[in-house]
Amino acid sequence: MIEPVALPGRGLGRRRRAAMRPAWRQPLALVGAAIALAWLLAAIFAPLVAPHDPLAQLYPPYQAPSGSHLFGTDELGRDVLSRVLYGSRISLPLALLLVALATAIGSVLGAIAGYFRGLVDGLVMRSTDLVFAFPAIILAMVVTAVLGRGLRNAVLAIVVVAWPAYARVVRGLVLSIGDSEYVQSSRLLGSSARRALYKDVLPNIAGQVLVLATLDLGNAILLLSGLSFLGLGAQPPDAEWGSMVATGTQYFQYWWMGTFPGLAIFTAVLAFNFLGDSLRDAFDPQTAWRAEDART
Amino acid sequence: MTTGPQPVAALELRDLEVAYEHRGRPRVRAVAGASLTVERGQIVGLVGESGCGKSSLARAAVGLLEPTAGSVRFEGGEVTPLTRRARSRELARLQMVFQNPYSSLNPRRKVGSQLADALTVLARVPRSGRRGRLAELLELVGLPATAAGRYPHEFSGGQRQRIAIARTLAADPSVLVLDEPLASLDASAQAQIANLLVNLSRELELSLLLISHDLAIVRHVADTVCVMYLGVMVETAPTRPLWDLPLHPYTEALIGAVPHADGAGFLPEALPGEVPDPARPPSGCRFHPRCPYAFERCPREEPALLRVVEGRSAACWLQTPEAPPARPADQAGRLATEGRLE
Amino acid sequence: MSALLDVSRLRVRLPTGAGFATIVDGVDYTVERGEVFGVAGESGSGKTVSMLALLGLLPPGAVVEGSASFDGRDLLRLPRRDLRRVSGRDVGMVFQDPLTSLHPMLSVGRQLTEHVRRHLGLDRHRAARRAVELLEQVRIPDPEGAQHAFPHQFSGGMRQRIAIAVALACGPRLLIADEPTTALDVTVQAGILRLLDRLRRENELSVVLISHDLGVLSSIADRLSIFYAGRVVESGRREGVLQRPRHPYTRALLDALPHPEAGDTPLIAIAGSPPSVGSRPSGCSFHPRCPYAVAVCTADDPPLVPVDDRRLACHVDPFVA
Repeated sequence: MIEPVALPGRGLGRRRRAAMRPAWRQPLALVGAAIALAWLLAAIFAPLVAPHDPLAQLYPPYQAPSGSHLFGTDELGRDVLSRVLYGSRISLPLALLLVALATAIGSVLGAIAGYFRGLVDGLVMRSTDLVFAFPAIILAMVVTAVLGRGLRNAVLAIVVVAWPAYARVVRGLVLSIGDSEYVQSSRLLGSSARRALYKDVLPNIAGQVLVLATLDLGNAILLLSGLSFLGLGAQPPDAEWGSMVATGTQYFQYWWMGTFPGLAIFTAVLAFNFLGDSLRDAFDPQTAWRAEDART
Repeated sequence: MTTGPQPVAALELRDLEVAYEHRGRPRVRAVAGASLTVERGQIVGLVGESGCGKSSLARAAVGLLEPTAGSVRFEGGEVTPLTRRARSRELARLQMVFQNPYSSLNPRRKVGSQLADALTVLARVPRSGRRGRLAELLELVGLPATAAGRYPHEFSGGQRQRIAIARTLAADPSVLVLDEPLASLDASAQAQIANLLVNLSRELELSLLLISHDLAIVRHVADTVCVMYLGVMVETAPTRPLWDLPLHPYTEALIGAVPHADGAGFLPEALPGEVPDPARPPSGCRFHPRCPYAFERCPREEPALLRVVEGRSAACWLQTPEAPPARPADQAGRLATEGRLE
Repeated sequence: MSALLDVSRLRVRLPTGAGFATIVDGVDYTVERGEVFGVAGESGSGKTVSMLALLGLLPPGAVVEGSASFDGRDLLRLPRRDLRRVSGRDVGMVFQDPLTSLHPMLSVGRQLTEHVRRHLGLDRHRAARRAVELLEQVRIPDPEGAQHAFPHQFSGGMRQRIAIAVALACGPRLLIADEPTTALDVTVQAGILRLLDRLRRENELSVVLISHDLGVLSSIADRLSIFYAGRVVESGRREGVLQRPRHPYTRALLDALPHPEAGDTPLIAIAGSPPSVGSRPSGCSFHPRCPYAVAVCTADDPPLVPVDDRRLACHVDPFVA
């Protein structure tokens, strides 16, 4: 009765890779990935690669970069290179941790707001408005000031500042995907709203949240360093990039003390931004669809 | 009324009204008291221009929208609007197919998993039989069983529409509401899907409410046609008689506007003016400002949808005994003399 | 007098993720002065790309070969600036969605006068008069008032009329209309078709009407070409092609179309779906779906050659009278 129709010959694998390839071909994506990976390795293997103990005050202070101290030494005679390498052990894991926390809290609140709508939605959205009303660094400063200085409180403060972005995005996606025809159709087929949320809505959001989180890693590193720079985060003698830059500013004539940790922040932030951008190109359904349309 | 010896209609909309309200703007009645009946196994076409309320009616019919007045009954029972809870197994036998097969399938889930959803939720088939049922569903719509392992983007528009149909079939439906299922397809895919729908309806005793702006295709598919204009039904009739002799001037205009691919160079008739803003419908008969036959009574009183002959109804003052002798005929000639062509 | 537009051996390749895809594969056609030339085909058949190629409107990286003589000048070899002048003044374009060609933030009058002033060098008053004239010509009610309105204030049909007015502003000799009625209701579509028909008679305008709908083409096209997978499979006068189709694809398309005057005959669908751009079959692209295909069809691509009253690209020619 009904004649079968031929299926297109292309397999999924080929097609998917085709959609991803342009992203990886971008040199920026490769640069970002390479730098990010380098910092990750540095953080993991800091004790092995660092030439000296980052806290040992064993050397003459204020030494310019040389063969024995590639990045020079600081005002207490500590090796700057080792301190920069060890600094990644604070910045990277904490950035990852706080972005994970912000993502989790924001996504859950956003999903709840988008799912239940009404009063809950209003409450969540007004609190995001409240957070958005202040510049991130100011709010984070206020929160640490209230909680007390220290890295742990700095992380909490940044989570407080960072979650609303996720809540907003996830709420918007839950609302728009929730109204999409495929969700309506699955609801008519007997799925409860909760099942549709788990099966159809959240999986379609995950990619975009991941992109946002990657882009946010750079922000998190910056904010964390910023708080430490202001003396609210890492406390001496911890080797933390932001506080090292802060010290460096007091000794302008010894440029290496502030410049190298500054470069560390710069490269790490840049790397995660590049990475996030290319992930967005690869994951964003819109750009992915567009890449597909161009081929048909 | 629905009790009694006569069989219950598969889907029955009675005086349905769907209104939208936005703050600061007037209430818009997209559907302003429309009734229609789909009998068991029947294919009913619903036609009208865009903006006439067809889609709102479709959504209200399956419970995606809550009607502001009137009732929707599916096999005698009331269709309740969707809430957060799962739809009952009974109501899941009332299904909808959307216009755009690109947005009605989840792009990130394999076809098989999307089809199996309904089987799992409704548990109509024992777990062990699901694989076989999947293959069966795909075969019903003319796709090979291997389609289950692929993603929607690997299929053409026509194939996706087949998948969307197969998915609704998983719920073992008795009524399908189809909102412009052919509009986004190429000519050859259109014919395939149209034939598929007719075959499915015959084989599975499915009742179809086929909503379309394309009269020509509805004519090939539907048993009965309802013509909608600005939220109300203006004519209901079996397909063939409706086409041969439309009773409502709007139906006549719609049929006259269909181009013919016979190479004869027939220039279709244009209907002057546009569908008015549903927020401010014209007084009296809603069609009167565009109607070539309108007379004094039309702007004053709204005609009801009344039976004209057995099986045919029209909402037009021309069909009442006191109407003047000018009946829908030779519209082209009359329009031309009035200079309203084009 | 020679044809207004003479396209020969047009080939268009577009860059894709993996190399180039041939979208238009050796297409010939002519458009005579004052005629409506219909281009039919399903989506992906290359009908739109073949037109965009003439006006240099393809994305960067596109490779266009062949020739397209417009009034004696080869459009494909004109320097970019000359081409823009020709396409701005002598060729008008209308698209499926009028909003793609109308600027949302500029008043209708401004959009009409801008073209006229740039290309024809009219002063402001004469340009404004011309704008009103154009709006009258496309039957916009209250043209004076419409000048000051913005595109979104009009309905789809009216917008398409305005887009046509903009396309006609500089008095082009060729109007390319790409699916101009596809997004419109039949009742409105009929009006646009009548408008195009009148305009070409009043303005001695040639019209290329691109449509997937043979019914639309049948109402106003004088001649038409049927596109399939980047090639023309049949072309000729409207009556001949639509009443006595010779190519199996043309025949199949007509059978698949719902006929207003037909009885209860079921539609005869074409099996399968059109080939995707990347995976075109060998030989005649239509052979996998063609009930008349023979061995040679799978091997050799049939050329488009004159046969009786038309041109046909088919080895078998099963419907020869």
